[in-house]
Amino acid sequence: MITTAPVEVEAPKNYINAEYGLKSWLLTQDHKRIAVLYLISITFFFLIGGIFATLIRLELATPAADLVESNTYNKLFTMHGIIMIFLFLVPSIPATLGNFLIPLMIGAKDLAFPRINLLSWYIYILGGIMTLYVMVTGGVDTGWTFYTPLSSTYSNGYVIATACAIFVAGFSSILTGLNFVVTIHRMRAPGMTWFRLPLFVWAHYATSLLQILGTPVLAVTLLLLGLERGLHIGIFDPALGGDPVLFQHLFWFYSHPAVYIMILPAMGVISEVISTFCRRAPMGYTFIAFSSVAIAVFGFLVWGHHLFVSSQSVYAGMVFSVLSYLVAIPSAIKVFNWTATMYKGSVLLSTPMLYALGFIGLFTIGGLTGLFLAAMGMDVHLTDTYFVVAHFHYIMVGGAILGYLAGLHFWWPKITGRMYSEAWSRISAVIVFVGFNLTFFPQFVLGYLGMPRRYHVYPPEFQIYNVLSSAGASVLGIGLLLPFVYLAFSLKYGALAGSNPWGATGLEWQTDSPPTTENFAITPVVTAEAYDYAAGQGAKTVVVA
Amino acid sequence: MSDHIVPVRVYWSVFITLLVMTVVTTSIAYIDLGPFNLLVAMTIAVFKATLVVLFFMHIKYSTNLTKAIVISGFVFLLVMVFFTMCDLLTRNITAPGR
Ligand SMILES: [Cu+2]
Repeated sequence: MITTAPVEVEAPKNYINAEYGLKSWLLTQDHKRIAVLYLISITFFFLIGGIFATLIRLELATPAADLVESNTYNKLFTMHGIIMIFLFLVPSIPATLGNFLIPLMIGAKDLAFPRINLLSWYIYILGGIMTLYVMVTGGVDTGWTFYTPLSSTYSNGYVIATACAIFVAGFSSILTGLNFVVTIHRMRAPGMTWFRLPLFVWAHYATSLLQILGTPVLAVTLLLLGLERGLHIGIFDPALGGDPVLFQHLFWFYSHPAVYIMILPAMGVISEVISTFCRRAPMGYTFIAFSSVAIAVFGFLVWGHHLFVSSQSVYAGMVFSVLSYLVAIPSAIKVFNWTATMYKGSVLLSTPMLYALGFIGLFTIGGLTGLFLAAMGMDVHLTDTYFVVAHFHYIMVGGAILGYLAGLHFWWPKITGRMYSEAWSRISAVIVFVGFNLTFFPQFVLGYLGMPRRYHVYPPEFQIYNVLSSAGASVLGIGLLLPFVYLAFSLKYGALAGSNPWGATGLEWQTDSPPTTENFAITPVVTAEAYDYAAGQGAKTVVVA
Repeated sequence: MSDHIVPVRVYWSVFITLLVMTVVTTSIAYIDLGPFNLLVAMTIAVFKATLVVLFFMHIKYSTNLTKAIVISGFVFLLVMVFFTMCDLLTRNITAPGR
């Protein structure tokens, strides 16, 4: 391990002030700068997706169609889903925090392929621009799932253009995954063995496997959809000799694992945060590490639980149901290990830790309601109701976005070199938690009572739950907008963070904040196990507001 | 990335084999083999793809890690086909006693 203590002569050089000008950013090959480029772009798309969510919740505040007509509503929830999933959630943690941190955590100067890393950002931007083009020219109304025959035959929206946009954006995801796998295999510093890797890196390794193996299937599926819609080649249309359920098989072969592409990196963040703020190594390191890989592998064997009412064979349904139950085991292993890590520890309730605690609770609810849906009988009643909507928002917002916010707050001092207001950030973490539950818990009730998803008109007896949900959404919105203010404020007025404000053990905390372009003055040599809090190293400077 | 230098002769023979197999695919398409139509076409296609992967993509000369990654890609393809066929082939079977 190395420690660098820069002598105060002018401002020390770091990756931010190493070069100036737009060109130095747009042509950079520094993984840290590319991570910042990604951070800015995914934030932009998060805002756009958030605007669609706002419009949806506004419309649903009353049982009648007062704000938009059905066609427009179809486009609203479709664009919300597409932008949030493909342009925000999938790249969120890997492309920003993963990009920034993996080389730092393993003691490398950069990723294995810096140019491919930059290329992946440009591909992402191209996919994003194509999506924006679809958005302003008329939108698409198939839902983010593009089910045939609606998408292939009946929809009047820009299906092919949207499919192209996602096809393109998918390659950015594949390239990021490829880069991470090669980097983790080849670029580890001397002494950084596989079982000394931070759990964040293990989680990203598993995620990368999913990105590499799953995303091409989505690309091919969308290509086939485009071929059928544009050239009438029979793939999914029975009249042309195709099978409409085949589309759902192919689509969910990617899109179920895609849920793990979103949640696994968040789990990696949570492992780091909990260990740091409990001042001890995570309980069961190997179990957490291998459960990430197990989730990645088993996640590929469960997609049929989305097809229980789609005329899929009952026998195949039974197999998929059992396998879906099994995938809960590695997820539960993680939850038990995190809570065991906290047990009798001295837990420090800083902002990242607040988000991590929120993550554990909400992910558990999201995961357990997933078991309801994996039970075939129950699923017949709950399919395509708000129960499903609530379930996957607990996983994707309560899980992935809270994990992302935990990570962003945890490594913000490393990325920017500045501390944000601890008081404001704690307030906003609590607001996000309250607002989130107010938004999505009523949707479990709504769905159980039978309100279908994707409708903008509903019976008046459902209004009370929809009003609760819309009110919660405005609270959640405030909670999510607050970080924009105090994080931006911290860039100029925040206290200097120092290299290790949380007293954590990872290699990324042993170098400057912000790090220099080369990350480390000399290549670090790792001599200690991961999370060696017992040795007392690093646990010196602790910031408590 | 591997330092292995493959003689041009190998590339040519693979290329010519691929061309020959393309001719075979096309001509066999004119003969109706009944249920074996798909099997024969797929066998030839897999054979050709294997040649491309092994020689043109240099997997034959790569490290075991690279081979493992290539193989795992195909394993996942088989997983996809297997479970999809699980659905397709059992769709019309009704439960006993009905
Ligand atoms: Cu699923």
